[in-house]
Parts: sequence; structure tokens; C-alpha cells
Amino acid sequence: MSQRQRADSTGSLGPDDEVMPYSDDETDDELDASSEGEPEEPPEHQPGAQPPVDTRASDLGWSVKSNDRAYHQLPEFQRKVFLFIKKSKYSGNGIKTYKYNALTFIPLNLFEQFKRVANLYFLGLLILQIIPAITTLPWYTTLVPLVLVLTITAVKDLADDLARHRMDKEINNRKTEVLLDGGFQETKWMDMQVGDVVRLKKNDFVPADILMLSSSNPNSLCYVETAELDGETNLKFKFALKITDEKLQQEHQLAQFEAMIDCEEPNNRLDKFTGTMQWSRHSYPVDLDNILLRGCKIRNTDVCHGLVIFAGADTKIMRNGGKTRFKRTTIDILMNYMVYAIFALLILVALGLAIGHGFWYKHIGSLAWYLYDGKTYGSLYRGFLSFWGYIIVLNTMVPISLYVSVEIIRLGQSKFINWDLQMYYAEKDTPAKARTTTLNEQLGQIEYIFTDKTGTLTQNIMAFKKCNIGGKTYGNPMTAKGVPLDRGKPVDFGWNPYADPKFEFMDHSLVACIRSQQDQETLEFFKLLSLCHTVMVEHKEGELVYQAASPDEGALVTAARNFGFVFLNRTQDTITIKELDHEATYQVLALLDFNSDRKRMSVILKFPDGRIRLYCKGADTVIYERLSPHSLHQETTQTSLDIFANETLRTLCLCYKDISQAEWDAWSRKHTAASIATRDRDAALDQVYEQIENDLLMIGASAIEDKLQDGVPEAIANLAKADIKIWVLTGDKKETAENIGFSCQLLTDNMKIHYGEDVNEKLRVRQALRRNVAPTFGNKKKPAEPFFPEAGKNALVITGGWLNEILYEKKKKRRRLRLRRLGRRTLPASPTDGQPINDFEKEMRQVDFVDMACECEAVICCRVTPKQKANVVSLVKKYKKAVTLSIGDGANDVNMIKTADIGVGISGQEGMQAVMSSDYAFAQFRYLERLLLVHGRWSYIRMCKFLRYFFFKNFAFTLVHFWFSFFNGFSAQVAYEDWFITLYNVCYSSFPVLLVGLMDQDVNDKLSLKFPKLYIPGQKGELFNFKKFFISLFHGIFVSLIIFFIPYGAFLQTMGQDGEAPSDYQSFAVVTASSLIITVNLQISLETSYWTFVNCFAVLCSMAIYFGIMFDIHSAGIHVIFPAYFTFTGTASNALRQPYLWLTIILTVGISLLPVICLQFLSATIWPSVGDKVQRNRKKYEMEAEEEKRPPTFQRGGGSRRSGYAFSHSRGYADLISSGRSIRRRPTVAGGARNSIREGENI
Amino acid sequence: MSKEENTANRPDNTAFTQQRLPAWQPMLSAGIVIPGFVIIGVAFIGIGVALFVTSQNIQVLEIDYTGIETNSSCFKCKNTSVKNCNCTINFSRDKLFKGPVFVYYGLSNYFQNYRQYGASKDATQLTGDLSDLGDPSYCKEPCETCCPYRKDANDKPIVPCGSIANSMFNDTFKLFQIVNSSNVAVPLDGKGIAWWTDYNIKYRNPPTNPLKNAFNDTVKPIFWPRPAYELDPTNPANNGFINQDFLVWMRRSALPNFTKLYRRITEGEYAKGLPAGDYALVIGYNYPVVEFDGRKKVVFSNVSWMGGKNLFLGIVYLVIGSLCVVMSIVMLIVYAKFKFPDEE
Repeated sequence: MSQRQRADSTGSLGPDDEVMPYSDDETDDELDASSEGEPEEPPEHQPGAQPPVDTRASDLGWSVKSNDRAYHQLPEFQRKVFLFIKKSKYSGNGIKTYKYNALTFIPLNLFEQFKRVANLYFLGLLILQIIPAITTLPWYTTLVPLVLVLTITAVKDLADDLARHRMDKEINNRKTEVLLDGGFQETKWMDMQVGDVVRLKKNDFVPADILMLSSSNPNSLCYVETAELDGETNLKFKFALKITDEKLQQEHQLAQFEAMIDCEEPNNRLDKFTGTMQWSRHSYPVDLDNILLRGCKIRNTDVCHGLVIFAGADTKIMRNGGKTRFKRTTIDILMNYMVYAIFALLILVALGLAIGHGFWYKHIGSLAWYLYDGKTYGSLYRGFLSFWGYIIVLNTMVPISLYVSVEIIRLGQSKFINWDLQMYYAEKDTPAKARTTTLNEQLGQIEYIFTDKTGTLTQNIMAFKKCNIGGKTYGNPMTAKGVPLDRGKPVDFGWNPYADPKFEFMDHSLVACIRSQQDQETLEFFKLLSLCHTVMVEHKEGELVYQAASPDEGALVTAARNFGFVFLNRTQDTITIKELDHEATYQVLALLDFNSDRKRMSVILKFPDGRIRLYCKGADTVIYERLSPHSLHQETTQTSLDIFANETLRTLCLCYKDISQAEWDAWSRKHTAASIATRDRDAALDQVYEQIENDLLMIGASAIEDKLQDGVPEAIANLAKADIKIWVLTGDKKETAENIGFSCQLLTDNMKIHYGEDVNEKLRVRQALRRNVAPTFGNKKKPAEPFFPEAGKNALVITGGWLNEILYEKKKKRRRLRLRRLGRRTLPASPTDGQPINDFEKEMRQVDFVDMACECEAVICCRVTPKQKANVVSLVKKYKKAVTLSIGDGANDVNMIKTADIGVGISGQEGMQAVMSSDYAFAQFRYLERLLLVHGRWSYIRMCKFLRYFFFKNFAFTLVHFWFSFFNGFSAQVAYEDWFITLYNVCYSSFPVLLVGLMDQDVNDKLSLKFPKLYIPGQKGELFNFKKFFISLFHGIFVSLIIFFIPYGAFLQTMGQDGEAPSDYQSFAVVTASSLIITVNLQISLETSYWTFVNCFAVLCSMAIYFGIMFDIHSAGIHVIFPAYFTFTGTASNALRQPYLWLTIILTVGISLLPVICLQFLSATIWPSVGDKVQRNRKKYEMEAEEEKRPPTFQRGGGSRRSGYAFSHSRGYADLISSGRSIRRRPTVAGGARNSIREGENI
Repeated sequence: MSKEENTANRPDNTAFTQQRLPAWQPMLSAGIVIPGFVIIGVAFIGIGVALFVTSQNIQVLEIDYTGIETNSSCFKCKNTSVKNCNCTINFSRDKLFKGPVFVYYGLSNYFQNYRQYGASKDATQLTGDLSDLGDPSYCKEPCETCCPYRKDANDKPIVPCGSIANSMFNDTFKLFQIVNSSNVAVPLDGKGIAWWTDYNIKYRNPPTNPLKNAFNDTVKPIFWPRPAYELDPTNPANNGFINQDFLVWMRRSALPNFTKLYRRITEGEYAKGLPAGDYALVIGYNYPVVEFDGRKKVVFSNVSWMGGKNLFLGIVYLVIGSLCVVMSIVMLIVYAKFKFPDEE
């Protein structure tokens, strides 16, 4: 607790960088509720502290009775679900994610589909078309496309839902042993209920949130892997209450177990649980350490028993799933606006034409005796009818197949992502997976990436890479003789029966040195590694399995093991190791555990020969302060530490100290005294530790590589070139995060790194400045001046504590709480105070922070909670209006994955939480580069092209009616045959553009990756926006003009070749329709930049289908069968044998296309885009790409000095090791081990 | 574990799934666009010249006989109250009007493309199917297609029903060459002036023989002087729904100003054309157009490979062709000025 207290006492210095801020997941309501009875908190309460654990049962609403299923169905636990149907508030353990079943599919799905405005619109249109007074088009022109659209969507929904059904079934049918009728029986997960006693075996998934009762392990421990919850693969332990562990080992004992658990209602907080167990008239407190959460996996524990507390939807992991936000792309939103715009235009045009009809009828129509229709309507009413008639005629302006086509394209894009071999991770057999099919084009517009560190950027594997012993550096590839090698050959550890085969080391000279046993220091080095740690060992089928709290420690102990110093066993106060050829047992006198403040750990050992020695390993900064002046190798070690740090290796200094018996005795007494101190024990202990850890003698330094995933730096560099900003949000410590920042090239030495204090100060100044300037209303927001006026790159490294401080997240609630308690308002702060006066200032400060962060090249937020991760993402979304992407692998990333516009999960690991809530999932971070720069870019370009063309083709198609209106008395006469209108969007013009939407590539994937700049137009949304929409609109208007007026001119005064029927309406319809079909198909050909045989086929097919269907519809046979529906008999053959009409068609097509080609050429010549340039030189670049390979590795420039000490995660199991029994006494030892372990959970 | 199991999820490595389909990536490069425009321009100019010249060589004679002008001989017929009004219009040709010559009648400001008008017919009836006329439900429901000319005041079905049929053009024309101040009739051939498909497929007479019986219990369209089965008293085969003039009328025009084929001049010495001389056109003026400000005309025309006279297409071809050539020069200049630097 020391650091916490220090932070308290020096509160003005700001929050402590080491502490993970307390999770903020409670809502205001929760806070209100809990605040009533709570003792008043000290006002300066820091975010790091926990509220007192309240175990009173009175306000805990959840009670569970063991072995009594009926209890939970009692009326007082019933809750009204619907009218009079009541249901127990305790969920069953089955989960249900599917939406439809066989009965509800059709009505529900139709209901969902008609919630879409477009579908509803077409339904309304269909109804209009049935009304005889206004029907201008037969009903089938709308019904056929609508049914097609609905069917395609329904089929897709059905497929999705079937997949969900399968998934649910798989999970619900998993089996676990449940105690029923006095014995354990295999039961499906879905049949489990609250209050059941279950037996879990090794490697089982925990089926629900379970109170642990007993375990087959000593110390009532049970190890769990929480990968599915937080993505971490190192083990955590849970333990049963002593009383239950002792008394509930046997089946019959468990069967008679009758206890009542009262605890909090189900909630989503993975880090909190309070409750009490009433058993045989005693009451026992229960907390999170006794709870096995659903989704964990039992490890290293043969059998354990537990009591189901929360089942199914009540479990914490399910609660954490949160609501799946319906994500929509910017294009979607834009598209909707455009549909509304078109709709408005449609109404305007129809209104105009209706007015036109009114006037026309008054002045011309009413005089024409031949038009007499037997009705006595006035021109106003006729205009009104005409309005609806035109709404029907012009309805094709709103493209009915737009949405379904977009869905098809997205589905195809998703499939391409799934199929991409270059995003397939062979090692884990994991292909990339697009889990949603609605967001693809958004991948081409990403501006900000928020990434988790552990497991995302890194592999979460620590590897012992190098060391410096006695001033000599080992680790570079070398032969046994010390001759450097270019390419290393791994050392063969065959001589060592205990060697871990996965361990690789390149330097043969080190092994030679050890085996010769000449160099004492080298031996001491590895002896230290094998003795000074908190790793636990397990003998499994003759194999040694190490369980380390932090992967760094594991790596070091494994390295020692391979080099012949094998950690074999430990008891509470001894450690047994094998030193090359003999075993030796050391007595552990004291274990001075690591904590983030000390940055070192020591062990004091009594050697078999009676000597007492202290071994210490720790961060170079703290070790060097404590070295004896006589210590050798200080200089050389320092140099190699620098080198290691620059190679972004994580270093530790190793040293020792011999202690005399007297000295030990004296210190031991102080230690004992400190360790039983009732107040500030941690601080007291730290102080005592300090007294012995001095005058150390240097042995050497170790260097561990926190292995980045392959290709991460390259991917980050390339994404940065595409103007994508990458923020790292991690629960890790500042040093670790910074270190990784350097190793993945996010941070570079020429960057100025700003930390929390600096940021806070700048923000405070900015805020004070704003406060001093009198608020002027209505003034334009002038562009904010930059926060970093100095030239050069900046980076931000900020901790969760500082984020809270800066953004006032936690403080708001606490302040409000305090205010209510004190019953008064705080005085307005002075202008220079950093405290915000009101919500506006708070918001402005957030804006400032986001602005500042966006000025930086790189931002790293460390020690942040999942909630904060999500908050940071939403801040950027909110204030920058930017498209964001989050990528992560653990449950701690779920929140941010759901918040961001696009969530990406790293799959292939055990954890599934992130993947389950993600939109895209793949196995390696580096695939992100391909996902964005290739698939995202392509998807965006394709979708934009598709939409532009789609709007164009519908305008060109529909507005011909508009021009025709001026020549037919605004009578809503269509310019084409009805069947042509019906089939135009479905058959004649959709395939080529669909293919462009699916397959078009302006440049291939290699060039997309080579020129990340090509990505930028997507970020700016340059390819599809209102401007482009209006260009499409005008293009459509232009083409429709040509398509109407050229045939108009040709038909105005002519005769056929044989003199007969020269200018009839049906021939006119055929000529306009043919011109239109040829024009739009050639237009899409112009826009196709990637011509495969499929495209070619589709274009030719569309035209062929058009002519084929037209000749069929115009054939004699079909007229004979349906004379009333097919009235164009013989038109096609009559019209299209006239060369004159063909010349008209050719001219129409020519005038429609030539200006477009000309303009495209001129604009590409005068204002070439990056894409144009790349395309122009495509051939050349492709040739180059063939020749050159990527630079194999990249070199980091050296220079600065950084400390990258290794202890990546947390305190070790020291408490557990040294005081196994103390675990049971934990309720009295508040804080202590529990906190330390929790710290280690590395949210 | 076998290797196959290890790669169970491996995507297929095909050109399609990997988006590597062999493809042609054309670009609008200067090397294609500029010569393309020149070629298209030249071709368009060629077509334009051909169309223009052909069109110029077609002879057309248009005679407006609406009778608006008081000095027109048809002025007297303008008033609809005058029944069976005839008027004669004289014209002369100073050179041969090359045959075959077609005679058209033309109407302007006449909206045959009006939607409700165009829909006002019964396609089934016109295929010769009169069976449902006897059905009492016929015309009971609100009029769907033939409104308002479905039944007459006595509730008898009108055959052929509908506005189009009712408003059939009924002016008649006779052409005489004035040879030595005597009128020599120029034979006008009314056979095969309608589309073959209309005559043979789309419109059929009821199979009843004689045709008249099929029309029992029906009435003629209100506007018609004679029932459908007596449309052409000279030729019994040219009656009913397959009367050529009726078919021509039923094929409604695209635009409000239109001409429809009336007769061909294909017989005797006039097959080669109308020789130079004076002619008299005798018009049976029946069709009222003045009240809606319409115009009626008779057109004599011969045709070429491209049909009748129409300068529009030729001129547009010429204009577009020239523009193409001009634009290709502009593009060339622009290209020379803004040529991409080869290196980026």
C-alpha cells in the first residue's frame, strides 16, 4: 500500500503511474445506492483505493441455496416477464443468441425488413400502384424487385441465424458433472441451475460463475487460466474457504451441503464480488478469490467442487458482453441521407410535373375531345392524381435494389477477407474472419487505430536473449570458441535432460563456458536465476512445468534450467535446484518480493554449507543505487545494459551480497517485527527490505525479449505512412509500454515524449487562458493553436491515473457525492485552478486533450482499465469525428472493440471474448496492414464506385420519363415498356456493377501495400460524398437528356425504310431503352479498371439478356397467351431492322459517353491523384516489385538511454509461497496478498 | 496429427479467392483516348455526311389542309357542323417526284401518347376474343381499360372499345393528276401499310363468319360513321380489327406531332413516281382538330435506305464528329502540357 499512501499524501503531484485506476464500471445509480450507508470517504481519496468491502447481507439481493433447485422458483424470486407470465429471476445456464426459430422466422424477419425505410417505401408504392385512379405502372414493376430483395435478405438472415443456432447448441450441450439426487451426473450446461453443486476436472471450462467449495490441491488452491476473459495465459489461482475445503471433499458431504449464499446482484464487474455464506449457523465472507468465473479453464487441479452462483445470462462474462452496438458505416449514413435527398427530389419533381399537368389539362387537355375520359375532375384534382402517378413512375430514382446489392457486395468482400491466404496463420490454422458483413468499406476509411499491447502487438512470450556476465556479453550468434557467426545455429542442449526443447539460444560460447565450470561468475549468474524467483514448479509426467506470475520470470528460470541450473522443487522455506551435476537444497530465509515501487526482488538463502547470501535482481536504476562501490564490472555492465535497452530488450541487473550470521539475526528481528505490524505493514516491510539490500555486488545483467509478433514494426510503419494514427492502450506499466513502443517503432528517438504531468500542465494553461478570455458569443471558432509549437515529433505517454485526472471521469462522481454529503456547492475554483467549473469546461478540456493527443505522432496509454480504453476511443470518435478501429485479444479489450467503429480481435489464442465481440478477427497483428490497406481500400473503392454508378444509372434511367412528360401532357406516361422497367434494375444493369463492386482493383495488393498513400482518399471520404453524389446526379441527368432528346430529334419527322409506321411510341420506347442499356453497360465498362473474363462476360451478358428478353417479350407466342400484358408484339423486330434507328442508338450512346471520357482524361491529366500516378506506372512498379524483396529487418538507430527493466507484470507468488497458511488468515490481513494478486491480473 | 488436419481451415488457393484472376487493366491513356477520339470523330463525320446527303435527296411535299387560313379551300370544312365536307387542294410538281411515293397524314398537337388515352383499349378484345361481351359482369366493374368508351348509353358494349379506337382518323384522300384539265386518278394502294405483326398477330378478327355476326348486340364506337365490320366497303377482307387504317391508327405515336402512313403510290405508271405536272388532292374532311388547336396535313414523301427525310441526325452526327476531332486536339495540347513526370 505504500505507493498508494504516498500518492495520497502528495496528492498534488498527481496520480500514481503504477496503479491501475479503480474500475469505473459502476453507474451513478450504483454509486448513489452504495453511498448512503458508507462511512464518509476522505475527500482526497485517490482512484487507486477500493471502497470498503461491504459484506452485510441486508442490501445484497441475490441469495442462492445449495442443493435446492425448488428454492429458486419461490414466488418472491419471480419477476413479471409479460402480463401474467412470471419467471424466476435466476437465469438458467443455457444461452440464447439466436433471433428466430422455425415459427417466428417469417413474421419476425419480414417485420425487421420492413423496419427499413426503403422496403417500407416500396411497400407503400405497391399499395399506390393498386389504386386504379393513380396507377401508372402495373403492380408487377414493384412487386418483382421487392420480392427478390426481400428473399435475398431473408436467406442471408437465415444463414446467419442458423450459425448462431449451431454455436448456441454447441455451448449449451457441453457437459459437466452436477450433483443430482445424491450423486454426480453428467449434465448439459443448459440444464444446470443456480444452487447446483458441480465437479470440475482439469482442463474443463467453468460453466457458470461458481463459488469454489473444495479442491484436490493442497492449500485448497485451484489454478485457472483466464485467457478467455482477459487474454492472459499465465495462471491465476482461486481458493476455497478453509471450512468448506476441509468438510466438503467427498460426494456425500457435498450432497448434504446446505448453505445459503447471499451476495450482490449479477453485474458486469470482473474484479469485484462480495457475499456471505451462511452455513450451519455461521457466516463466512466470500469474495472474488473464491469465485470461478464462467469462461475460465481449470488448470493443474485434478478436481474441484463448486456451487453455481450465477448462471447463463447472469454470469459476469455474459454481463460483460454488453449490448452489441449496431454499427453502421459512414457510407451507410451518407447513403441514407442520399436516399432521403432523392426522395425529396422525387417529391419535388413529381410536384412540378403535377402542376404542369394541371396547367396542361386546363389549356390543352380539356379541349381535346379525343382525351375525354368521362370524368368531371377539375384540373386541380387531376394534378393531384398526376402527382401520385408520377411518384409511382419516378420511383426508380430511389434504387430498390440498392440495399440488397450493397449487402451482396459486402458479403462478397467479407468472403474475400475470409479467403485471403495472406491473412491465414498457418501455425495456428487460423484464417482471417470477417464476423460482420456490414462494415467492409469502413476499413478503407480508418484514421485511428487503438491497439492493445499484450497478445496483440506482442506474442506475450518472453525469451531470454542475451546476458552480460562479468562484463562479457553473451547472446550474439557465436561458436563455442567465441567466433562470431552471421547466422546463428541454435545451441544443442541435448546434454541436459531437463532442458526445455522450446528454448533457443545462439551463443555456443556461453554453454562452453558453463560446461567447463571455469568461470565462477557465470555459474553464479545462473544459480541466481534458478534461486531468486517466485516461480512454482509442478512435476507432470516426469516433465517440469513452471508456473510464473510474470512471463519474464518464467523466461529467466527456464533459461537457467537449460543452462544446467534446474529449479526442481520448492517448499515453504527451501529451494532445491540441480546445479549441473548435483542437486542442492537451499534454505530460504526470506523472500523480499517484487513490487512496482521497489522494482527489484531478493531472496536470502542459507547455503548447505551455512553461508548466508542475498541474491537480488531488479531494474538497473534501483540496483545501481545500491551497489557496493567495490563492485566490479559496473562500467561494462552499464554499457551493455544500454545496448540491450536500445535493442528494446528488457533488462534486469543481477547481484548478490554475502551476509554474516549476526547481520542476518539483527535484520531478521526487524523483519519479523515489520511483518506483524498492524498499520502500514507494506511500508514498514519496504523500509526493512531497504536496509538489507545494499552494498550489492554485480554479477551481470540479463536481457529478455518481449517478443513482438512478426512484422509488427513494418505494419505499424506502413500504416503510419497511410496517415493512420496508432494509439496503444494497455493495462501494462509505463516502462513496459514505452519499451514496446520503441521496439515496434511507434516511438523513435527523435520524438519528444510527454508524460502526464506535462500534459496536465499544458491543459491547465490552456483552460486558464480560455477562462480569462471573456466568452464572446457567436464568434467563429478559430483554429486552435498547436499545443506543441516546437518543430519535431511528439509522443504522449500517459497513464490511466492521469487520464482520470485530466478527464475528470471519476472525480465527477466523487465530487458530486462529496457535495451531497457536505450539503453545499464548492466555491467556483479560481481561474488558474485546474478544476473545471461546469460541464462545458469539462468538455472543452476533453476536446483539448484529444486535440493535443492528435498532434502527437504516437500516443501510449498505459495502466488503463477496459472502461478507460473505451472512453479514450469514444473521445476520439466524438471530438474528432474520425473513423476508429480497435484491435485487441482479451476480455479487457472487449469494451473498446465494441466502442470503436470497427473492432478487430486477435484469434487463434484461447481467449474468445475479444473475437466474439469483434467485427473482424485474425491471428496476427500484421494482418491489419493487409486488412486495411488492401481489403479496406479495395472495399471502399469498390463500394464508392458501385454507389456512384448505381445512383447514376437510376437517374439516367428514370429521368427520361421526366423529359418525356413535356411531350405527353404530363400524363405520367412512361418512356419505356413496363417490363423493361421491371427488369432494368434486376437483370439488365446490375451484374456488371455488382462485379465491379466485388472484384474491381485499381492497383493490385502489392502496390496497395507499397504505396500506403493510396489509402488517404478513403480517410478523407473523397470517393463518395455529396459532391460525388451530385456529380452522379448531373451525370444521370445529362445522360437521360441525351437518351430522350436524340431519339426525340430522330423521331420528330421521319419515316421508316419501307415507309411504314415511322414514329410510333413503341419503337420510341425500344430505341430509348436500347440506348440506355448500351450506354449504362458501356459506362460501367469504362469504370471497370480490372477486366476479368467474368466482367467481360457480365457486360456482354447484360446486353444479350436485354435483347434476348426484349425479343421474347415482343414475340408472337407470348402475346397470344397474355395479350393484355405483352402489348409490344413485334416492336423489337420492326424497330431494330431500321438502320436509321440503329444510327440513332449509336449517336445517343456516343454523345452519352464521349464527354465523360474526355472529362475523365482531362482531369486525370491536369489533376492526377496518387492513384492515377501509381496506375500509370503500374507496369513498372509491378516489375520492380517482382525483383525486390522487402528489406529483411529494420535497424533501429541507437542513441538514447532507456531503462527497460523486466518484471513485466506483477508481484510474484511470494506471499503464497512464504505463507501458504496465511491465505486462510486473509480476512484479517486486509489488502496484502489479495491486492497484490489483483494487481497482477493486469486488466 | 496429420498435415491435412493442421490446415483444415486453410483457404483455397485459387485465383478467384485470392483475387488474382487474370485481368486486363485498361487505362484512359493518351495513346488510346486521343487517337480514339480522332477515329470516332472521323467516323461520325462520315456517317453525318452520308445521312445529310441522303436526307437532302429525299423529296417531301407537305400540305397543311386544316383550313385555318380563310383563303384555304378547306376553310369551309373547319366548322364541325358541316357534314361530309370535301375540299380540294391543288399543287404542282415541276419535276418527277421519284417513286415509290408514300402518302401520309399528319396531326400536330395531338397527344396520342397521353397515358390514359393510350391505355384505353382492350387488348383481349382486339385479338378477336369477343366472348366476354355477353358476360353480364362485363362493364359492371369500374371501367378499367376502355373507359369511357366501353358501353353506349343503352348499355350495349362498344366494339372496338376505348378512346384510341373511338378517335380513329377518318379523313379520306384522293389524288388526281390534272392532265389536260381532266382529272386522272392516281391509284393509292392501302395494302400492307400496317406492321406485319399487327396485321397477323396482335390484332385478329373473331373467327365468326360472316364477320358481322360476331358484332351482334354490340354498337360501333360513338365517333365512327360505320361499324368495324364495314370499315372498308371496297374490300371485305379489310374489315374488323384488321383494317389497315385502323391498325395504323392503333399504333399510337410517340410524340404529339406525328405522321402516319395513309397510302402508297405503287401502281401503274405512278410506281416510278409522280411525274411533273399539276395535281389535285381531294380531301374528305371529317376529323375535327381545330378546337384543340391541332393541325392536319398530308405528306408526300419518298424514302431512302435510312427512311424518310430528317436532317437532324445528319447534323448532329456532323457536329459531334467535329467536336470529337476538336477535343482530341485540345486533349493533345493539355496532355503535352501536363504530361506526367515519369518518376514520382
